[in-house]
Amino acid sequence: MAQKKVAVVGGGIAGMEVASQLDYLGHSVVLLEKEKELGGHVRDWFQLFPDRRPGSEVLDHLKTKMQNSKVAVKTSAEIIDIDLKAKRIGLLDHQSGMYEVDAIVLASGFDLFDARLKEEYGYGIYKNVITSVELEEIFKSDNHLNPLGKTPKRIGFVHCVGSRDEKCNNNHCSKVCCVTAVKQAIELRMLYPEAEIICYYMDMRMFGLNYEEMYRESQEAYGIKYIRGRVSEAAENIDSSIQIKVEDTLSGRPLKMNVDLLVLLIGMLPSKGTNNLGEKLGLNFEKNGFIMGKDSHFQSNLTNEDGIFIAGTSGGPMNISDTISHARAAALEVDQFLKHKN
Amino acid sequence: MEKFGYTISTGRLIDYDKNDKTLYYYLKNNEPSIQLCIGCGGCTATCSSGNFTNFNFRKLHLLISRGELTNIEQEISKCMLCGKCKLVCPRGVNTRNVIFRIKRWIYENQSKILILDTEI
Amino acid sequence: MKQFDPFVLPFIVGLYFIFGVLIIKFSLWIIRLSEVDKSKIKKGFFTKKTLASIKEIFMESLLHRKVLKVNPVLGYMHMSLAFGWFLLIVFGKLGTLSFSHDFFNPLYFAIFFKYFEPFHPPFFYSKTYTFLMDFLLLFILSGLFLAIFKRFKSKFFGLKKTTKLKIGDKFALASLWCIFPLRLLAESITSGVFDSGHFLTGSLGELLATFLPVQQLMYPAWWAYSLSLGIFFIALPFSRYMHIPTEMLLIFLKNYGIKTDKEFNSFSEIEVSSCPRCGICIDQCQLNVAGEGGSSAVYFLQSLRNKEVSPELAMNCLQCGKCEEVCPVDINLKNLRLTQRNKLSLDHSDFEFLPKHIPVNAEVLYFAGCMTHLTPGIKNSMVEIFETAHVDYLFMDKDGGVCCGRPLMLAGECASAKKLMDYNREIIQNSGAKYLVTSCPICYKVFKEDYDLEIEVLHHTTYLWHLIDQNRIKLIVKPDRVAYHDPCELGRGSGIYEAPRQIIEKAATLVSSADEGKNAPCCGNSLANFKLGTKQVDLIREDALSSLLIYNPDVLATSCPLCKKTFAKSAGIPVKDIAEIVAESMIAKTPKRKCVKQLEEVMSY
Repeated sequence: MAQKKVAVVGGGIAGMEVASQLDYLGHSVVLLEKEKELGGHVRDWFQLFPDRRPGSEVLDHLKTKMQNSKVAVKTSAEIIDIDLKAKRIGLLDHQSGMYEVDAIVLASGFDLFDARLKEEYGYGIYKNVITSVELEEIFKSDNHLNPLGKTPKRIGFVHCVGSRDEKCNNNHCSKVCCVTAVKQAIELRMLYPEAEIICYYMDMRMFGLNYEEMYRESQEAYGIKYIRGRVSEAAENIDSSIQIKVEDTLSGRPLKMNVDLLVLLIGMLPSKGTNNLGEKLGLNFEKNGFIMGKDSHFQSNLTNEDGIFIAGTSGGPMNISDTISHARAAALEVDQFLKHKN
Repeated sequence: MEKFGYTISTGRLIDYDKNDKTLYYYLKNNEPSIQLCIGCGGCTATCSSGNFTNFNFRKLHLLISRGELTNIEQEISKCMLCGKCKLVCPRGVNTRNVIFRIKRWIYENQSKILILDTEI
Repeated sequence: MKQFDPFVLPFIVGLYFIFGVLIIKFSLWIIRLSEVDKSKIKKGFFTKKTLASIKEIFMESLLHRKVLKVNPVLGYMHMSLAFGWFLLIVFGKLGTLSFSHDFFNPLYFAIFFKYFEPFHPPFFYSKTYTFLMDFLLLFILSGLFLAIFKRFKSKFFGLKKTTKLKIGDKFALASLWCIFPLRLLAESITSGVFDSGHFLTGSLGELLATFLPVQQLMYPAWWAYSLSLGIFFIALPFSRYMHIPTEMLLIFLKNYGIKTDKEFNSFSEIEVSSCPRCGICIDQCQLNVAGEGGSSAVYFLQSLRNKEVSPELAMNCLQCGKCEEVCPVDINLKNLRLTQRNKLSLDHSDFEFLPKHIPVNAEVLYFAGCMTHLTPGIKNSMVEIFETAHVDYLFMDKDGGVCCGRPLMLAGECASAKKLMDYNREIIQNSGAKYLVTSCPICYKVFKEDYDLEIEVLHHTTYLWHLIDQNRIKLIVKPDRVAYHDPCELGRGSGIYEAPRQIIEKAATLVSSADEGKNAPCCGNSLANFKLGTKQVDLIREDALSSLLIYNPDVLATSCPLCKKTFAKSAGIPVKDIAEIVAESMIAKTPKRKCVKQLEEVMSY
């Protein structure tokens, strides 16, 4: 049997995992990544929940697997043409030319919600309102011991920014923001032992292994406070601190407070690449805009088109462990598909 | 709280079976979006009247849904109908129409309002 | 020459009936007008306004100029019926002079001229005259054909729906449809008998004479024609066609300055009866996009006329004013709807919990508005601009002020609204300010029209243009292509179209869009509408965006926090307020001052 060819679109953790697994299963794999290097969003993450393992560890592990494989990696790859019938992918870079393949795996991931669209929180207007991603950048940077220039006395985390919000056209839950907030709150506590750190949440969705335990630990060992209420708006004070308004729903009264730093937990949306490719290939989408699997229980890696597969967050918000499992399952599905083909 | 003392206790239980939930069903029929509330409190946090008084739309609506119809007429009169709550509601509850409908229901049923001795 | 025949009786009875009804109705309406409105009539009667009204009646009631402009086919239909009929009567009257030299001969001579003068009339150019009469009849019949066609195929007229009928309407409509075909029949048969008539009645008469006993049919045909006229006149006061005479009264009264304001009054009744149900407003109404077209102005007026306005119908309106803009009769459609919101629910708020303030003096009062607190980009830009222009200002609602009162007014709670207005008015008056500047068109309109303030009220677009014009702030032109959306309350509501556009031209490149100015779409999120759900608002917004973004601008500008927030949900490009556009291209900015004037509460112990 001739070796079958597979193209994996997207070089984040899902793409790397599925590519290396398919290579292991004996297929010829090309991995296409639009950025200059592999790694996707995990590259931006300093530490991962729930155990605060460095993000680089996960990436190094996957990169090593890639290096030990025969996967052809194309970075800075811009797809200009994708043809369902011929299973042909054309890249902008003509030297790489056209790829004619037997199967395509979309591991094109997610984009982050643009917090400026939630204007009432003042992101992009007030300098002390930042996103969870920017906070990771601060953690990663060299001067992370004093990132704000002064010692903040109080820091707030706003959950569900761009998630579970019909005003942003996103009714879905991004799943990982709650636990990210808890993790980041603990990390900030370690930087600022004296600061008061408060999370404003609608529901704490601690769905994963050890998440609830970390939530408990954040209270027990790190003194993180939780206020159940959705922040309605933020305003800037003369000293550039931020005044937020929230209802303390458990005491039943509106509450206002000043924070020195407000962190917005921005949610996950289907990436532009996921959207475009899905549309070009005529795939079905979920109501939340991610690509719809063929069967929600048994065939979540398959799509309505034969030979087109999804891996990771192109199919919906996921944490890292679920992404890896999903990608590995995708490799099995592709393998079965190729074995039965011709 | 001032009522604490030797008065006849009306009980702290919400007697869900006995409570009159007519108003809630009226609202549900006329503004079905009321069912979408997840109690996040965004409405109350942003409330223009909430700066000055204890008006709490989330709680008002919650109590109505439980059939605890205490003094709504006075509570509802605190609303300025400015519409900020409608603009922040993550579930798209048409809060202004809910308020309008509550007022209209009271207007139409003035004699029938059941006043229970529960504090908001 | 006969002077009378019994067949004219139905016509005469109908005519006397309609005149009687009109005299009674018109008198009652005018008597019941408020004293203020009556004095407006007295003041205006012997002025140019009366002449202007007569001219307008000719242009609108007969020629239907405005309908022609909006929808030529529909306009032609109305014009052929109204103007054609008018000319037919006028020329009929002129014809009667040939045998009755008394100008005040009975009116039925003019109407049934052909019966009384069945030969070619004995005067010069009589051939031309009969040709003209035939031509006018054809002109009317062509309009009638369109009317019948419209009833069954309204899409041809660019109307999505045509209006629905009631019993009185059906009688009037049926008799109206019969009048001119019967006249054609009666005149043709008569021409067939007497070998007269011209291209239409003459030819048709000849044809009919070949196979019909025209001699016997002639007299019944005239009876039928007279009957149809009589029935039409009697049914008219009970039908939509009452709009024809009422509109003429309306034109006089509106030119004297009378309009419907907060209360439904006698003039409002005149307005309701003046609606010709032309249906032009239906297509303008954006509620169609949301599947709520049944709430558009013409249907609302119909319910109002039948005194069956439901609360849903009263509350289901965007108050965008697009219908009012195109209404050929200039009916105060927005206010009529608002009058029906009064007394629908409680109106008992006293707002006694509002705090007292220590008076603060400033030259400019800035009132951001409730919604603007959810769009901090706007209020921050305004503060930055005030600081740069060294304006002595007080940010009146910096910590969230008291609502302007208009949202309550839109809910029909005018008494409650007045409490808020009194409260805000006191703060405004005590400040000694010269200008009140607001960022919200909803607030602007109520401050301007209902607060009765002694100081100048400006929307920030106008104020910012003054600052630019007086060189108090300097802008550089950025490369962005900006399309501008006119908010309903600012554009159609307050007539401010130029200032925002002048500002954009100083700061970027102004790009046009499909519907601008008076035709600008509503964003869909209007505070005036209580009924629309999120999905319906989404539909209206998408529809509006498709028109606004048609020339692919880089930025969508508007000047209302509510519109901004609504469009930002799905515009796909940055949506900016005019204040933000100014702040972004402003040079030599002053860094924020440490202290901004603000209100302080009087502490009560």
